[in-house]
Amino acid sequence: MEEQDLKLDGNAAAGLFRELFAFELTTARGRCDNCGAVAEVGAVFVYANAPGTVLRCPQCGNVLMRMAKNDGRYWLDVRGVSWLEVHA
Amino acid sequence: MARTAVLGRLSPIRWQLGDVVELIDETPRVKTILLDAPDWAGHRAGQHVDVRLTAEDGYVAERSYSIASAPEDGHLAITVERLDDGEVSPYLAEELVVGDKVEFRGPIGGYFVWEAREGGPLLLVGGGSGVVPLRAMLRHRAAVGADTPARLLYSSRSLGDVIYRDELDMLDSADPYLEVRYALTRAQPEGWSGYSRRIDEEILRETAYPNAEGVAFVCGPTRFVETVADGLLAVGYSPERVKTERFGPTGG
Repeated sequence: MEEQDLKLDGNAAAGLFRELFAFELTTARGRCDNCGAVAEVGAVFVYANAPGTVLRCPQCGNVLMRMAKNDGRYWLDVRGVSWLEVHA
Repeated sequence: MARTAVLGRLSPIRWQLGDVVELIDETPRVKTILLDAPDWAGHRAGQHVDVRLTAEDGYVAERSYSIASAPEDGHLAITVERLDDGEVSPYLAEELVVGDKVEFRGPIGGYFVWEAREGGPLLLVGGGSGVVPLRAMLRHRAAVGADTPARLLYSSRSLGDVIYRDELDMLDSADPYLEVRYALTRAQPEGWSGYSRRIDEEILRETAYPNAEGVAFVCGPTRFVETVADGLLAVGYSPERVKTERFGPTGG
């Protein structure tokens, strides 16, 4: 299996988002803190084969978010995102 | 079934049980599972569910499956391709019988979604079992009587691997605003008049609407999706009007 085959998209993180957030996050727009690209979360690259779920910018590859769930806790790192605009 | 709110605060997502009411053999490797789901709050075409299997020793395996049914259909349906080394799909596609219960949660996702009122034209491009959420969109479109122009371009290894073939051919011939085209990549029947290669830019140019009008949905394995999405950009679609959903190799 090649690394390219492991690349998914924001749809693959939608279930985890639904556990954590009260609003639909895959239709939220977010800005990459590295390159400034703005995209809907559903359109960013997702790698779910790591111990956690990693979201990367489709433009520059920057890690946007990392999410993990273990032992009854969620762990969320969003340092690669400047902002998120969520539909209320 | 009741409709979920399009936007706004979502209700907490909970695991629920559905009864298997019918199993349909689509191809030798693919089965559609119809569920009676009393707690189901409705969905939009393109969304998916998570299915959870729990072994007797407590081991849990979870997989995502696109919803195959339209919101207007009487039962919730998923279509499962059996992957030989999978943990979940062999059980769902081979061992499950009518009357069994399936644990699932959803609907999940809001990005890869089409509702008839959004209009079109609608270009749907599917590879293999990537056709499943696109079929939900076409069933939704037919159920509400929408005359939105729609084209489905469906890549499959052979005619025998085409999922929903009878239904798609029936919709194609009955609906003047819908066109279904197949690309058979490995084997073609004698006298085959459809495409006989992987979907490329030339096929997309022939199938896309003039001036790349409307919106496109692309679903399939990662490399298929990337090839098609790049091709659609090349024929004039803007990135925000090409919605993609990649199926991973861990889907089994």
